[in-house]
Amino acid sequence: MGEAVLSVDNLKTYFRVKEGLAKAVDGVSFQIHRGETLGLVGESGCGKTVSSLSILKLLEMPPAEFHAGRILFAGKDLLTFSEQQMRHIRGKSISMIFQEPMTSLNPMLSIGFQVGEVLLNHERLTARQARSRTVELLEMVGIPSPEKRATEYPHQLSGGMRQRVMIALALACNPQVLIADEPTTALDVTIQAQILELMIDLRENLGTSILLITHDLGVIAETAHRVAVMYAGKIVEEADVATIFKKPLHPYTQGLMKSVPRIDESGSTRRLAEIPGLVPNLYNLPPGCSFFDRCPVGTEKCRMADSKLFAVDAGHSIRCWLVRDG
Amino acid sequence: MPEMLLEVKNLKKHFPIKRGLFSKIVGKVYAVDGISFRIHRKQTLGLVGESGCGKTTAGKTILKLLEPTGGAINYGGEDITRYDRHEMKSFRRKMQIIFQDPFSSLNPRHTVSSIIAAPLEIHRLARGKEIEERIADLLKKVGLPSEAMRRYPHEFSGGQRQRIGIARSLAVEPELIIADEPVSALDVSIQAQILNLLQDLQDELGLAYIIIAHDLSVIRHIANQIAVMYLGRIVELAPSAELYTNPLHPYSEALLSAVPIPDPAIKKKRITLKGDVPSPIDPPAGCRFHPRCPYRFDPCDRVEPELIQAEGGHIVACHLR
Repeated sequence: MGEAVLSVDNLKTYFRVKEGLAKAVDGVSFQIHRGETLGLVGESGCGKTVSSLSILKLLEMPPAEFHAGRILFAGKDLLTFSEQQMRHIRGKSISMIFQEPMTSLNPMLSIGFQVGEVLLNHERLTARQARSRTVELLEMVGIPSPEKRATEYPHQLSGGMRQRVMIALALACNPQVLIADEPTTALDVTIQAQILELMIDLRENLGTSILLITHDLGVIAETAHRVAVMYAGKIVEEADVATIFKKPLHPYTQGLMKSVPRIDESGSTRRLAEIPGLVPNLYNLPPGCSFFDRCPVGTEKCRMADSKLFAVDAGHSIRCWLVRDG
Repeated sequence: MPEMLLEVKNLKKHFPIKRGLFSKIVGKVYAVDGISFRIHRKQTLGLVGESGCGKTTAGKTILKLLEPTGGAINYGGEDITRYDRHEMKSFRRKMQIIFQDPFSSLNPRHTVSSIIAAPLEIHRLARGKEIEERIADLLKKVGLPSEAMRRYPHEFSGGQRQRIGIARSLAVEPELIIADEPVSALDVSIQAQILNLLQDLQDELGLAYIIIAHDLSVIRHIANQIAVMYLGRIVELAPSAELYTNPLHPYSEALLSAVPIPDPAIKKKRITLKGDVPSPIDPPAGCRFHPRCPYRFDPCDRVEPELIQAEGGHIVACHLR
């Protein structure tokens, strides 16, 4: 892999609300290299979306607060950037696509206008050049009859088509990093397959680095090179995709892998392995490991204090006393 | 062969599209356009398909939450297709529903106790102190503490609310439960808990299920028989293991190949369908799947294929077979 294009270093994003201080992202670090797809996996409330919104500073502040950390991109720390400076980054160097294409596209503006707007904002183009580049982009993302579609409005397109438009918008200025937050979750499975194929094609052709956020392990297996598993605001395990699936070491990762029903399981296994209990309350995290009360192998040491992330192997790190102590 | 509970024959549900000042009917949404199957005691039928295939409408029509436009529904040998509200009342005890969204299917202004007591009171199944005992029992069955009955839905997580919904459906001791996307709104680890719970309840209470879902991995896990729907019709009906190892309809094949497998070591051949899922307002002529079918040949765009018996216990509608 090439050098790190984006480097998140000990990010702490908390939310101060009347119930208390929610430590949504509590010391998260990861790097994305050129051409790499890093998958950020976890369930509701683990902090994956807040991490991605922190990178582009798309959070309402207050109630969000950055308590620590740096986000290094092109040699600068984005957390020190002003809103004006961030506007030059968003859509141009770092882009994002969201889960619900209908609510991310402006229903009052035509598709062509919205794609054109991104181009005119960031690049020196005439209106005519923007129009023709728009058609090229729509074609690149596989939209048939792109000239006609450019004049249409979001409601006239299906979910899959709208997601393609979102991808066109995000890639219009050929950003170095694309953040994709649950890009296919809201889509039908056959359309999901088309979109995943498109994303893989585009990253091969454009060399874009992708931060892929999802809870869907199947999508991760297909598209990610490396995977970071999050739980209650922290990364608990990070490895390349083959290792995460074949040799997960953290009890949470192991539990997650075993609780997913698989379509290719021959013979029906009557019970899925469960992870008992619930994700902890972010306003009131326990002092030790956040996973302790759901962990099948937790000890007193785990209850008292949380482990740091340490390397178990080249490129494989984990946050767990038991694995560290052997 | 266990007792047959439900038989659906050529069931249809069409919605008229009205326009203009006089609500003139300008078209129809052929949401469900002729589906047939049987459910036996202790059996689980999975109804799968993508948006617009009619599976949710089918679920509601079978329960007569929507009035059928055509076809027949037989429960326990009785034809309930045209039954009105009063005649349906005793059948409502036998067929229950669990909804997809645990956040909108429970009345936020009612306590859990009130939510679960409602069906007991409506069907006069218990009174006074007995109601509280029954509720405590049901909550325990679904893995919730009895104190939960005094609380309100918003105090619970999605998975817990889904358990409350299940407890509510069990209150009347039904024979058949239709679950419409019971786990799609839940996190993976909670999903496993709920799927296991549903299977345990089936073993304990002898329930039959119709599980409506788009997630094929979930259906694979829990269903004995699977019906694949496309644009209001069933295109293939087969025993679970058979469908996954040997899908006979090109749409079933594509649907299965589209599901990403959580294992990077497996590189499978994917059949990527072109185009979008079409609208049930204007279904294509001939075989409804023909515009997207990679194997289409001469009769497919003119002649609708009939459902026929094929090998391995499959029923399939395709000119290739």
